[in-house]
Amino acid sequence: MTAPKRPLPQPTPETAHFWNGTLEGELRLQRCTSCEESYFPPRPFCPSCGTRDVEVYPASGRARLYSYVINHRAMPGFESPYAIAVVELEEGPRMMTNIVECPQTPEALVLDMELEVAFQTMSDEITLPLFKPRSPAAETSE
Amino acid sequence: MRCAVAIVGAAETTELGKIPDLSQIQLHADAALNTLADAGLGLRDIDGLATAGESPTAVAHYLGIVPSWVDGTAVGGCSFMLHVRHAAAAIEAGLCTTVLITHGESGRSQVGRAGHSMSSASLVGQFEMPYGPMGPPTMFTLPVLRYMKEYGIGEADLARVAVIQREWAAMNPRASYRDPISIEDVLESRMIAYPFRKLMCCLVTDGGGALILTSAERAKDLSTSPVYVVGSGEAVETPMVSQMEDFTSSRAFRLAGQAAFASSGIAHADVDHLMIYDAFAHLPLYGLEDLGFVKRGEAAAFVRDRNTAPGGALPLNTNGGGLSYMHSGMYGMYALQESVRQLRGRAAAQVKEASISLCLGVGGMFGASGVVILSNEIL
Repeated sequence: MTAPKRPLPQPTPETAHFWNGTLEGELRLQRCTSCEESYFPPRPFCPSCGTRDVEVYPASGRARLYSYVINHRAMPGFESPYAIAVVELEEGPRMMTNIVECPQTPEALVLDMELEVAFQTMSDEITLPLFKPRSPAAETSE
Repeated sequence: MRCAVAIVGAAETTELGKIPDLSQIQLHADAALNTLADAGLGLRDIDGLATAGESPTAVAHYLGIVPSWVDGTAVGGCSFMLHVRHAAAAIEAGLCTTVLITHGESGRSQVGRAGHSMSSASLVGQFEMPYGPMGPPTMFTLPVLRYMKEYGIGEADLARVAVIQREWAAMNPRASYRDPISIEDVLESRMIAYPFRKLMCCLVTDGGGALILTSAERAKDLSTSPVYVVGSGEAVETPMVSQMEDFTSSRAFRLAGQAAFASSGIAHADVDHLMIYDAFAHLPLYGLEDLGFVKRGEAAAFVRDRNTAPGGALPLNTNGGGLSYMHSGMYGMYALQESVRQLRGRAAAQVKEASISLCLGVGGMFGASGVVILSNEIL
């Protein structure tokens, strides 16, 4: 018997580049080639100006903690309490995620703390982009 | 045109709370029959039907109505505000003469209620569900820490919203929770999703409600005192709470509110009574600011100064709200019912000489909004 798993995404043609990217250890965003707006979630046109001239590019993986809740109820695939977070990527877009390698407490989870992507393999097909506190070492190696 | 259409019938289900002996569609019918009786009308008088949660086809067939106009707009709990807006436009356009809007929800007992599962291929399924949200208590609440940091408010400010609404509920025999609570009680109640504790979250109950609208001209021939639709607005933003433009303000609230004020021609100071859909304790704070009753960041102090409490300048959520009165899932209908009761002078906690009521609904997790401004006089 295996432990219950968290719900996993089912990629669509429009999002395949994102989920292929996380499998390869890359956080991929899209941006408009005319207005240069970065956006998320994926779609093959720019939601700001409507053009289909968009490109996929690798994001830095750096983000800051924008907001969160700490869920105290039991959820299959998770150990409660756990934080459900929204991070703001360095490139602008925000995404929901979980924060790992950090106590799941209000004291440890401070808004605007610096984060970096931490890929977590969930299955052969799916790797999720989670985030962890950014280490000072990562800063200096850039 | 403002005040061209009036609400001439309004009623809830006979019971509210735990109703295990009625299926969801019968909750629609129970509310509809009570509302027809209230208006002094029969099923044959209805030629327009709007509903959410069930399809208009299902409700029309179940009730035996043959409508010439239907609206199945389903954008969550504020769908009924949008139905009022759409019905007023349809009546004015001559598409129908008398519209029935129904709501029924077996939110607690789950009798005859279709499940709503999220496809793992939808954008919510791909980019939110993998991170463990468990419905509204973990999603609707997600923006609030950013709001609290931005404006420097604390957990006691959230708790106070629930405490004051309980003061209103204490006056209402139909409210689910009526015993007074303190800020300490709220802050000591069970943690659901930090910073939200149980008493900052809405109830989960069964119930229903319905409205009947017709032209102001036809309303003169009916026995009920009409409640006129003065203005309205609607807006949608996103099905993904993580993609809200601004976590400290709802774009949908702002746009629906602006449209409602613009179409009504009234000023904020004209509003005697206010309903703001409160699935969670932060919503009245966002609503007060996004509707423009106070400046951004000032709502908590406005509530702290007892402006929204019994005896205050702007009575808010006078039925006790979703936090204490009832909340079946799509609460918007109950907010509208309370606005109508206040304007008919028949509310349990009646606001003296209430003449204009504004009712703000929300759908999804800040995903949609509908605002309706009502009056018991032609403005």
